Amino acid sequence: MSNAIRKIILDQSHRRHVGHIGSCLSIADIVGALYDHVLPADYDPASPDRDRVVLSKGHAALAIYAALRLRDIISQAELDKFLGDESYLAVHPEHQLPGIDFTSGSLGQGLSVAAGCALAAKMQKSDRKVYVIMSDAELNEGSTWEAAMFAAHHKLDNLVVILDSNQQQALGFTKDVMHLANLSQRWEMFDWQVHSVDGHDHAKLAAAMQNLSTDGKPTMVIANTTFGKGVSYMESKIRWHYMPMSEEEYQQAVSELGY
Amino acid sequence: MRKTFIAELIKLAKADERHVLLTGDLGFMVLEPFMERFPDRFINAGVAEQNMVGVATGLAESGFIPWVYSIVSFAALRPYEFIRNGPVVHQLPVRIVGVGGGFEYGHAGVTHHGLEDVGVMRTNPNLNVYAPADAAQTASLMGHIATMPAPIYLRLGKNENAVVSGLNGTYVPNAPQHIHQSDNVLFLSMGSISAEVSQVMDALRAAGETPGFAVLTNITPAPIAALKDLLSQYNTVVTIEEHYIDGGLGSLIAEIIAEQGLSTRLIRNGVRKTANDLGGGRNYLLSKFGLDMESLNAQALELLQA
Repeated sequence: MSNAIRKIILDQSHRRHVGHIGSCLSIADIVGALYDHVLPADYDPASPDRDRVVLSKGHAALAIYAALRLRDIISQAELDKFLGDESYLAVHPEHQLPGIDFTSGSLGQGLSVAAGCALAAKMQKSDRKVYVIMSDAELNEGSTWEAAMFAAHHKLDNLVVILDSNQQQALGFTKDVMHLANLSQRWEMFDWQVHSVDGHDHAKLAAAMQNLSTDGKPTMVIANTTFGKGVSYMESKIRWHYMPMSEEEYQQAVSELGY
Repeated sequence: MRKTFIAELIKLAKADERHVLLTGDLGFMVLEPFMERFPDRFINAGVAEQNMVGVATGLAESGFIPWVYSIVSFAALRPYEFIRNGPVVHQLPVRIVGVGGGFEYGHAGVTHHGLEDVGVMRTNPNLNVYAPADAAQTASLMGHIATMPAPIYLRLGKNENAVVSGLNGTYVPNAPQHIHQSDNVLFLSMGSISAEVSQVMDALRAAGETPGFAVLTNITPAPIAALKDLLSQYNTVVTIEEHYIDGGLGSLIAEIIAEQGLSTRLIRNGVRKTANDLGGGRNYLLSKFGLDMESLNAQALELLQA
């Protein structure tokens, strides 16, 4: 699924001449593993007892729109409303679109909302799960750590965070902006179960997302990713947080990805 | 109003399992009856108001009706963007309960004064805002709003015993409560200070004056048609609120007078500057900003005898 997700990211970003491409490519494999292997085959976005998906790093919504298209939750005509008028497909996602559980875009809010969903599932004695895709820059936000404490305290072992650890944020590398040393240990110290995996390996990602704690801990999957993965000139380059592609750059990208 | 709030919430929670209570580690000697009765539906989210509102959003999306409790400034202002992006954007039934509007936490100092909450909350057209006038009205209001699908901001007073005489705990949606009719000046108040205004009104009436008196509880969505009717009956309206002068009740009334083309004269009473010098208790602060009963009485006499 992730190759197809990347193709949609490139095509739609090119068509609408917008950025955030590197951030979307960074999570293409996370999203692919989640929607292809982890969410159940009968996943129904209209069911109250569905698993929840919270895209906390809202600026990568196009990767989710792609997955929703590929799972036939939205139509091609709907997808083609991306950044159009009278559209729910904005740069950041809107909850009115089928398959989007929460509007996001303000960083560091998704984990709290997801913790509420996970707590609700416990209170309702449902075994549904809550998946959160979060950026490493969101670890700058204090509210993320409020939520981290809350989830551990309430033993929300139905809560799975996939951290897109691409080591970059809008204006620089995380090591230069807000260094995230000992990342695994930080989460372990907050009483989370931590899996650190190759963020572009579907099998490992899916296995980590499904390897839940048996002693009540929430799960943190640190997905070690490459920003802009798959397009050589974008990989690990800060400028591709914001820049749109030129025609030549688009052609090179699709050629490198073999479309 | 806090104990009344909890007593009413216990009744609601008994009848409907969707009601849950979250607190930001506040409510000593207030929340215990709920906590003891419904331990599985009581969450002390710790001193982390942003996360608390985020959690409430997730709970509401999953079918619960969360009541989120803290002191006004920590309930309304600290997590404001979470309120906006959560219950408001998703139109979920989260109830943000701010305790101690105005100077009710006077001695606690300026961090605990609630002087801009109504203004901040009122800018959001999809957030219903209520400021009940006394404990009995809080009880009837809660019955009306309990299962409303919209998100709510509820500004509660601390004083359990203050009573707005003549109100009799009435809450009628989409209307101000017009307690004393008159063809003279109308005094219109919001929230807990209505109890003091009510005492001033009673004293004036005992002295043979005939002030009009109304309280407005339902701030957003503003009952525009009913307010237009009310304001049209008077040449002069005096608003009284324990809130900064801009953004709250007086601003709302000014907007209605202007937009409806009314000729009613408006006099606004509220806090006109930031309380950043010598502090004190509620009564001291009310008198410092001209909101004490003596000042209100003097202002009323001047207007009524003009």
